[in-house]
Amino acid sequence: MQPSRPVQAAAPGTVTPTHCPYCALQCGMGLARAGEGVKVVERPAFPVNGGALCGKGRTAPAVLSSRVRLTEPLVRSHATGGLVPATWEEALDRVAEGLARTRAAYGADACGVFGGGGLTNEKAYALGKFARVVLGTSQIDYNGRFCMSSAAAAGQRAFGVDRGLPFPLADVARTGCVILVGSNLAETMPPALRYLTEMKDNGGSLIVVDPRRTRTAEQADLHLAPRPGTDLALALGLLHLVVAEGHVDEEYVAARTSGWEEARAAAMAHWPEHVERITGVPVPQLRETVRRFGAAEHAMVLTARGPEQQAKGTDTVGAWINLCLATGRPGRPLSGYGCLTGQGNGQGGREHGQKADQLPGYRKLTDPGARAHVAAVWGVDPESLPGPGRSAYELLDALGGDVRALLLMGSNPVVSAPRAAHVEQRIRSLDFLAVADVVLSETAALADVVLPVTQWAEETGTVTNLEGRVLLRRKAVDPPPGVRSDLDVLHGLADRLGHGKGFPTEPEEVFDELRRASAGGIADYAGITYERLAAGNGEGVFWPCPEGTEGTEGTETAGAAGVPHAGTPRLFLERFATDDGRARFVAVAHRGAAEEPDAEYPVLLTTGRVLAQYQSGAQTRRVAELNAAAPGPFVELHPRLAARVGVADGDPVAVVSRRGRATVPARVTAGIRPDTVFMPFHWPGEGRANVLTHPALDPVSRMPEFKVCAVRLEAPG
Amino acid sequence: MTSHCGKGPAPRVVVVGAGLAGARLAARLGADALLIGEEPYAPYNRVLLTDVLAGRLAPEVIALPAPAAHLRTRAERIDRAERVVECADGSRVPYGTLVLATGANPVLPPLRGLFPPGATELPGGVHAFRTLDDCLALSAAVTPGCRAVVIGGGLLGVCAARALADRGARVVLAQQGDRLMERQLDPAASALVREHLTRLGVEVHTECRVRGLRQHDGAVTAVELADGFVLDTELTVLACGVRPRVGLARAAGLDVRRGVVVDDALRTGDPRVHAIGDCAEHASRTPCLAAPALDQADALAAALTAPESARPYAGTRSLTRLTLPHAERPLDVAAFGEPDARPDDDVLRLADATRGTYRKVVVRGDRLVGGVLLGDLAAVGALARAWEADEPLPDDGAPPLHLLTHDGGH
Repeated sequence: MQPSRPVQAAAPGTVTPTHCPYCALQCGMGLARAGEGVKVVERPAFPVNGGALCGKGRTAPAVLSSRVRLTEPLVRSHATGGLVPATWEEALDRVAEGLARTRAAYGADACGVFGGGGLTNEKAYALGKFARVVLGTSQIDYNGRFCMSSAAAAGQRAFGVDRGLPFPLADVARTGCVILVGSNLAETMPPALRYLTEMKDNGGSLIVVDPRRTRTAEQADLHLAPRPGTDLALALGLLHLVVAEGHVDEEYVAARTSGWEEARAAAMAHWPEHVERITGVPVPQLRETVRRFGAAEHAMVLTARGPEQQAKGTDTVGAWINLCLATGRPGRPLSGYGCLTGQGNGQGGREHGQKADQLPGYRKLTDPGARAHVAAVWGVDPESLPGPGRSAYELLDALGGDVRALLLMGSNPVVSAPRAAHVEQRIRSLDFLAVADVVLSETAALADVVLPVTQWAEETGTVTNLEGRVLLRRKAVDPPPGVRSDLDVLHGLADRLGHGKGFPTEPEEVFDELRRASAGGIADYAGITYERLAAGNGEGVFWPCPEGTEGTEGTETAGAAGVPHAGTPRLFLERFATDDGRARFVAVAHRGAAEEPDAEYPVLLTTGRVLAQYQSGAQTRRVAELNAAAPGPFVELHPRLAARVGVADGDPVAVVSRRGRATVPARVTAGIRPDTVFMPFHWPGEGRANVLTHPALDPVSRMPEFKVCAVRLEAPG
Repeated sequence: MTSHCGKGPAPRVVVVGAGLAGARLAARLGADALLIGEEPYAPYNRVLLTDVLAGRLAPEVIALPAPAAHLRTRAERIDRAERVVECADGSRVPYGTLVLATGANPVLPPLRGLFPPGATELPGGVHAFRTLDDCLALSAAVTPGCRAVVIGGGLLGVCAARALADRGARVVLAQQGDRLMERQLDPAASALVREHLTRLGVEVHTECRVRGLRQHDGAVTAVELADGFVLDTELTVLACGVRPRVGLARAAGLDVRRGVVVDDALRTGDPRVHAIGDCAEHASRTPCLAAPALDQADALAAALTAPESARPYAGTRSLTRLTLPHAERPLDVAAFGEPDARPDDDVLRLADATRGTYRKVVVRGDRLVGGVLLGDLAAVGALARAWEADEPLPDDGAPPLHLLTHDGGH
């Protein structure tokens, strides 16, 4: 079987407008031919980043280099136990056999599928369809569960829809006050910092909530440093003061929301001095926050992984949304709540069916109407679609148990999952593992079959950035010989498993089907075409964008007679996407972390990211310039804690939790709370932070407790 | 309201008392709990009554999250043999586990004229300040320019005086001791609180013992001081502390000292009966404060829902916190432990008269034994952590300045 003919790559000398392979900003960039490869050039006309790029984006072509790439399929040798090169036919045959054998022996649900938030919309869609139609399994989820799932759940609960930002990022520059909760965007999405800087230059206030004095916190007018795991109490305390200081927008609350009294009662149980005790944030700082936030005509709360990656992440985000609702922000110009989604296609990846409980268009798998619609597009009986399956961690935890074979695309859970040593052991216990990846990641190295796939500049596809802006990422170079696209892989596997039709390899063909599947759903892409996405400056189209010329009720549209729907840059201006059009307050109460410190493990560990690396580091650790900037893991700790443990800056120190041990150099800084240490999670091996983290899950979003667990520190010797 | 007299399964846990501790426990237990409270309101946050009195919050706003099941009646008797609570409305509520969260009563000082012979109710014009009813009555009585006397200069007296001043009353605060909040504050900090009150128009009298009350037509019209001075008044507020409410427990034959005695599982001598909050005496202490009440409710909720992983309740060390709201210059006070140093103690003190700030810690050996932050609370997190953890201070010879200053470590 031959892979389909690739889309023609850009001719030498021309510049291909495209987007960065990394975070959810999806910065616009141009790729120009340079010798054998490509170089990055500015694309100033693209609105989100206006040409600016961070070091990761600038050096992105380095991951195209065949030196770091997988360029031929690998299969595990029965003779030696090692991975050896194989032909595509052999590799795909082995995967199809592995999946078919497992299904025959143990049933459809014994085959699992694990996807990623870096996959394009087309791939995420095709992967979900493959799982449900070809494998017939309910066991599919993806690493986006570890990203923004709590914000997604809270957004749906409050607004009836989850779109990271309900407004363009540029609105941030024109608002009057931003509370940025648990985001170090100066390091994780540097090109976005300019919007905050502009906002401050325009006289606005920036309030940063972070247990660490990060580069982002350095920019703040006010930095609140709560104890990790207490963001929920902090938000309740602020809401309490909003009530006490008379900042409640009663008219808005009456006209546009429901559930206020219960939410207020929950806030009344969290008075400022009580919140100070829980969070360690002094009451005068809470008052100052409310004064700035309440007085601003326009104001926003933006959350990121800090409040979200907790076993109470959904309620925590809900508490921040409540603060916005009580002060009348969501659905008002230059105001509201937003989530800074992390992964490149974290937004689109969660809309089109690789999530355990979802079908394309952000439809619910449990909704009979949704099942019927999608089944019709897929040409299958709605009854044949499986129900919701396990969430990401639960799926990984079930490997080797109920789930015996796994197909994994675009993820590296050996490094990125919580309680990673356990997850690694579960992966090793599988009967069969197939991994499609660009490089030989730590997880791919455990596979029975490794399929080398195209990436980013080598293929065309759409992504949806953190604003809900659908973008076209265009092919700029030919992939190395021997590499195929994920769509080719799924086509080849489907074909072998008896589904020769329904898995096209052309991204645009997949997208057209996705449009139909999403039509009428929450994330409606029906009116978006490759042609529209390529037009003009390629600034993209905001969903929902239904087919036809009518505006969607309750959303801002520029749709006029005879003109296609313009997309929806701003949501909720007239109504929320709930049944009654009102936003819902959710009464939430603070609760402790899944694991609180005690005499044996007296210190809090929080995890996160650094500027020069991305996620599990599978890509960025292979870029020399980035590695020079961020060569390895470390633990950040306060001088007083360092003195107590007996380590100096640069000394190795063991960080130990009930789940594992990591040994890393100490980085001593006064910019962190003395009761807390911080580790970035980008690295495998001795410094793998996620061997320490706690797998307790949020009851709604199933997000693990990445941001807080109890550890002790040991100086060597 | 349903009464559970033989109709359907009894709730597993019956909580008597709908104050902060009882309401919190009931909220944590959800449908497993039935809350019995004698006040005619939904559970409310008592801590916020001063804000209601000051007019900052409407009374209905301080309601706490509604419990799943709530009986508004007074528990009158516990039959431990039958495991039933008998209530004033005639209902008999069976329990699997009983939790006493009966709170505390205001202390009524032995003042001449407070209770004339035969009287059982407080005379007209005299108010305790403990319940929402107390608060509403006071709130209805206070008018701009009216004369008010607050008897007692502890935390509650200071808050009440401040709230009445907010409402325009001409307030005199009569404190028997030589300074305000003498249990929490040293003389210097106390003087700054006094200054703050004085600026708001409150007249503060210290070393001022009240001897009696004068009544006219059943209402108190003047307060007589021990030195013979007489203060005319329309409103008299008793803020002389509280005492655990233990009558129900005592009558049921449970071990009662100052409070209802409980062990580290917050259990009385009867393994089916627990006590939490102001009424409970744990490790010989009855702090009657919000922080221990909430900690105990949380600890007991954990023990009742997940007994296998529950940790013993080890007591609560928390700061006393006071915020006196003010449009321009709110006054924040945090204090803990012993306010006055012994001769051999090390004392670290930072005072700034211009900014009106005062910070102090008392160190004995390698331990923190007391401290106060007033006006500048930047270090409150560090100080609270050090106090609550009760860890030895670093013995590097350097003074623990970080406990008073914001050193970047929050």
